Amino acid sequence: MIKIKDLQARVEEKEILRGINLEIGPGEVHAIMGPNGSGKSTLSSVIAGREDYEVTGGAIDFEGEDLLDLDPEERAHKGIFLSFQYPVEIPGVTVSNFIKTAINESRKGRGEEPMEAREMLAKMREKTALLEMDKSYLSRNLNEGFSGGEKKRNEIFQMAMLEPKLAILDETDSGLDIDALRIVANGVNKLRSEDNAVVVITHYQRLLDYIEPDFVHVLYNGKIVKSGDKNLALELEAKGYDWIKAENA
Amino acid sequence: MTDLAQDLLSSFVVAEAGLNGAKNLGVVNMRKEALDRFEATGFPTTRDEEWKYTNLKPVLKHDYKIMLKSESAVSFGDIKQYLLSDLDTYKLVFINGKYSSWLSESTHQSYDICTFAAALNKYPDVIGEFLGKAAPKGETFVDLNTAFADDGAYIRVKANQTVDKPIEILYITTDENGTTFSQNRNLIIVEQNAEVQILERHQNLGGAESFTNFVSEVFAARDARVSYYKVQNDSDKASLVDNTHVKQATGSNVHVGTYSFGGKLVRNNLHFYSGGEHAESHMDGITIIGDGQTIDHHTLVDHQEPNCYSRELYKGIYLGKSHGVFNGKVLVRQKAQKTNAFQQNDNILLSDKAKVDTKPQLEIFADDVRCSHGCTVGQLDKNALFYLRSRGIPKREAEGLMTYAFASDALEYVKIPQLEKRLNGVIAEKLGINLEFAL
Repeated sequence: MIKIKDLQARVEEKEILRGINLEIGPGEVHAIMGPNGSGKSTLSSVIAGREDYEVTGGAIDFEGEDLLDLDPEERAHKGIFLSFQYPVEIPGVTVSNFIKTAINESRKGRGEEPMEAREMLAKMREKTALLEMDKSYLSRNLNEGFSGGEKKRNEIFQMAMLEPKLAILDETDSGLDIDALRIVANGVNKLRSEDNAVVVITHYQRLLDYIEPDFVHVLYNGKIVKSGDKNLALELEAKGYDWIKAENA
Repeated sequence: MTDLAQDLLSSFVVAEAGLNGAKNLGVVNMRKEALDRFEATGFPTTRDEEWKYTNLKPVLKHDYKIMLKSESAVSFGDIKQYLLSDLDTYKLVFINGKYSSWLSESTHQSYDICTFAAALNKYPDVIGEFLGKAAPKGETFVDLNTAFADDGAYIRVKANQTVDKPIEILYITTDENGTTFSQNRNLIIVEQNAEVQILERHQNLGGAESFTNFVSEVFAARDARVSYYKVQNDSDKASLVDNTHVKQATGSNVHVGTYSFGGKLVRNNLHFYSGGEHAESHMDGITIIGDGQTIDHHTLVDHQEPNCYSRELYKGIYLGKSHGVFNGKVLVRQKAQKTNAFQQNDNILLSDKAKVDTKPQLEIFADDVRCSHGCTVGQLDKNALFYLRSRGIPKREAEGLMTYAFASDALEYVKIPQLEKRLNGVIAEKLGINLEFAL
């Protein structure tokens, strides 16, 4: 589905990604772990198209197309979704109006007709229920005054509404208590299918108890230095990152 | 002294006897004194602290026709788009300064909704009691208007009455007379526990330059409620100095909303005199302007009595080579303990060539008050823009959505849904976006 080849990127003068190679197929769940500052969030931002990062080398191929040529909105139209580590507050725009606009702009981008109002409403009802969100969420201003947990849940709600092919969850577990974590993970699991893929970026094993990864990668110093199955995450949980740092010193 | 000032002084001699109210000695003297003060000061320049950021020279340089009395063939079709067509309203329409009875819908039944000319000639007691009692002497444009103004809207709502539908006041200028200078005046008296909603706009229909020096005096008696909406979306040939002075008594609640989308140069002098306890003064507005346009909001809230509340929220969006000015003065007099005054002016510059000068001014002489003020000038938040785009919303729409969201809380106090819809429509048009999401 997505093939990342020797990806290098920097922000201002600072090299952050130093040659990432990663291939993700449909139906797969990949976890990306690593210490602070290793480049995890940069990788997700570069895939989603944030303009603050300058790609200095390498390529990203998404379903046969060069992703790096596309604007962030075009990437979204193709089915890429990033759950933000720090979702942005947008006062004056309600969750429901925002999601309606996002869905219909995406459909327009793909040359499809707007979604019928009735279908939209039914879908919103279904997805709020899935994430155990009160319907009053929909009429609140986007992320304004939301608790950390509410913001993250709202991200997964948007993912559920937009039904992306590739969802990248950037530290979705941070700021969540154990109940919220379970609800969010359950939501993600329900959305998994043979056609879509999920990348989970996290510091901790905790989330991976609920969303079981097929592959675990360790990012350090802008490179994937180790890959394995779910047992690698358990090993990291037990031993920390020092041995990784030592191996790559 | 500018040529325009000279022209005004010499025309006054000719015009004086023909002005409405010429039989009322009080009015005659008031006009003379006002003109004397104008003669002494002349028009302000940028050396004047209050006019530091707004240069009137380009507006004053035209050769204006000063006294307009000519009839003009304006039909309802010509002005329809400037009225709320989907709502039943009272209408006071003035063409080139002169009242058009057949385009208007006035009333004298339960309340007086008619003309300042009629009031000048027919109600000397009311004129004596109210005229010039809110708008201060010594302000150049007020003085000039006092000397010349002889028509405009006259609204008087007696105690405990609620005007059954909004009043629309429309000042139309045509170009049959070439470049024109006009000076109309409103007198709005809302008695104890009475209520009224007023919409006002000035519109230049022709291709010639126009300059309007306008005064509106509002008197809100005890517990009176006034909503006063000013829609400024005039042509790029039209300049306006709007002087609105609101005098409030105990428990009254007055809201003045100023929505500025057009005009060449617009200066709003909006003053509230909060002269009774528990009065509420609300002023807010949205400004969206572009190339070659200047909007200058000068506001004053004068808190004279204890336990009053004032709220001021102005949002500005500047495109192209435009210039915005905000100067908000809050004066809390020594007696005005427990005043709660809020002031906020936020601006977004959507172009490198746009410029905003913003200046909050607090003068507080009481010691037990709550006054907050703030002003911001910035661009759209990049993070938020990326957030929206990453959800599939294209850049232009995302910018529009954010700009709209930025501005929309200044529409919160608009109580007429048809007006709110119209304003949303204008905002969408100005930002070049589809605002379905907001409606």
